[in-house]
Amino acid sequence: MMKIDVSLSKRLGDFDWQARFSAEGGQLGVFGPSGSGKSTLMNLLAGLLKPDSGHIRLDGSPIFESASSINLPPEKRRIGVVFQHAHLFPHMGVRRNLLYGFRRTPANERRIDTNDLIEALNLGPLLDRGVKRLSGGERQRVALGRTLLACPRLILMDEPLTGLDEGLKYQIIPYLKQVFNRFEIPYIFISHSLNEMRLMTDRVLEFAQGEMTGEVSSELLARRGMGTGQGGYSNLMEMGRLREDDGLYIYRWGGQEICLSNGGDQDTGMFEIMSKDITLFKRHPEASSARNMLQCRVVKVFEAGNRIGVELDCHGQRLMSQVVGSAVRDLGLEPGSAIIAVIKASAFRRLY
Amino acid sequence: MFEFSPTDWQAISLSAQVAITATAVSLPFGFMAAYLLVFSRLPGKALLDSLINLPLVLPPVVVGYLLLLSLGSEGWLGAMLAKVGIRIIFTWKAAVIASMVVGFPLLVRSIRIGMEQIDDHLIQASRTLGAHWHDTLLSVILPLSGRAILAGASLMFARSLGEFGATIILAGNIPGVTQTIPLAIYDYTSTPGGDRMALGLCLVSIVLSFGVLVLNEGLVRRFRKGVK
Repeated sequence: MMKIDVSLSKRLGDFDWQARFSAEGGQLGVFGPSGSGKSTLMNLLAGLLKPDSGHIRLDGSPIFESASSINLPPEKRRIGVVFQHAHLFPHMGVRRNLLYGFRRTPANERRIDTNDLIEALNLGPLLDRGVKRLSGGERQRVALGRTLLACPRLILMDEPLTGLDEGLKYQIIPYLKQVFNRFEIPYIFISHSLNEMRLMTDRVLEFAQGEMTGEVSSELLARRGMGTGQGGYSNLMEMGRLREDDGLYIYRWGGQEICLSNGGDQDTGMFEIMSKDITLFKRHPEASSARNMLQCRVVKVFEAGNRIGVELDCHGQRLMSQVVGSAVRDLGLEPGSAIIAVIKASAFRRLY
Repeated sequence: MFEFSPTDWQAISLSAQVAITATAVSLPFGFMAAYLLVFSRLPGKALLDSLINLPLVLPPVVVGYLLLLSLGSEGWLGAMLAKVGIRIIFTWKAAVIASMVVGFPLLVRSIRIGMEQIDDHLIQASRTLGAHWHDTLLSVILPLSGRAILAGASLMFARSLGEFGATIILAGNIPGVTQTIPLAIYDYTSTPGGDRMALGLCLVSIVLSFGVLVLNEGLVRRFRKGVK
């Protein structure tokens, strides 16, 4: 758990960067388009850039305070950073990179066991390799391990997945969540990707044009983006693998079985289904090429841009569909009405 | 073939001794100067930069004369050193100092180019992992500029082998004491019938300098590869 209280301003070229927030908890997201000043926040918090005025208090003690000229250097702040590109030291092997921060951490602050961490991040096979012979995902895992082993009070992650391949980036997320849970280190996750943000944190600080504009939940952020995004709202479904059947994968989602065409080998998986790919029927269709027909109840009907969002309750699980205005009338959609959500098995995308 | 007299051999070994000493003594200073120019936020950085580079554009004779003025028995530094019993001018130490001053800008330039290629993020990463600036200097910046340091050192070594103008003024041209290869060649060319001997030493000079340049090129190329 961390307690952070920030009020900072910094003149950067033509614009004034400003942010003021206080937060308590284990995770915090920082969201905004590129160039909106997210990385500036990271640099200011880590001590890599000096604010013009204001204060940063972490767990009650000031690490920067312009009024009393307190400005701890980066090595005294004990705030770890995972950069967008791993930035491993090229003249050291994986092992020395991992231990760089650990060796510089006082013995009484070393809360993380090296072997535990190596196992959690599955770094064992990489230890004796040179850093130039690592893939993008491996580099990022080593960088994460290096930062964690310095046992910081807080970790800042600046777009840690952006440089990775589309297919690869989500595979890192379970590692991230697992190690942060296990070692109980609070983090601030900086990203311009909505999906990453929702998978990593609930509370989000929003940035636009070099200024912090407010604090929202990542769920609200996703709903707001529904009207503007291409595919609408993305439903993230964590499901447990049940069996394989005739080339299709059967997963358990809440109390129901979901049939999809691209499952994985792991026991659980995270899948994405876009709101535009969920079709609504008033009565149960007799036969359909789509493999999933879910009994739902409408929770809420709301406008999102030129579309209508329909929030559904599927035996306790939430699902978001989108329709056009005339469909609301034809189907008589209103809170409480029963409806069938039809989803093709191939419409799911496996994230990890 | 060429035959070398004992004083010729002395000149060759003295040249090597002077060049090696000048380069070795300059290295730590060159590294610090390059570090200050690349990474520090000193207010007088531009001035420091010009000061270091001045010997590169000044005639070596001028450098030698200015050194003689300050290190001579009447000079401020010379008088101070004389009190503790150290005499610089007209000894081999003077040749070392002349080479140091003239070769220093070349050393700093090379190291600086290497340091400028180091990704800032690596330095930031090291700081956020708990390293003080001097720790970062030794554990990240020094190893990553290693090849640039070697390249700079070989360049300075070659320059020291050929130093003439500043050396002849500050150290004189005393056979066996301060007479390096270029000074010996100069002697031979002004002696009737010395052409053959001069040519012999020229050949030695060419071979040495060429060897150092080849080594330097090789190091720079390996360094570039290492950075990519």
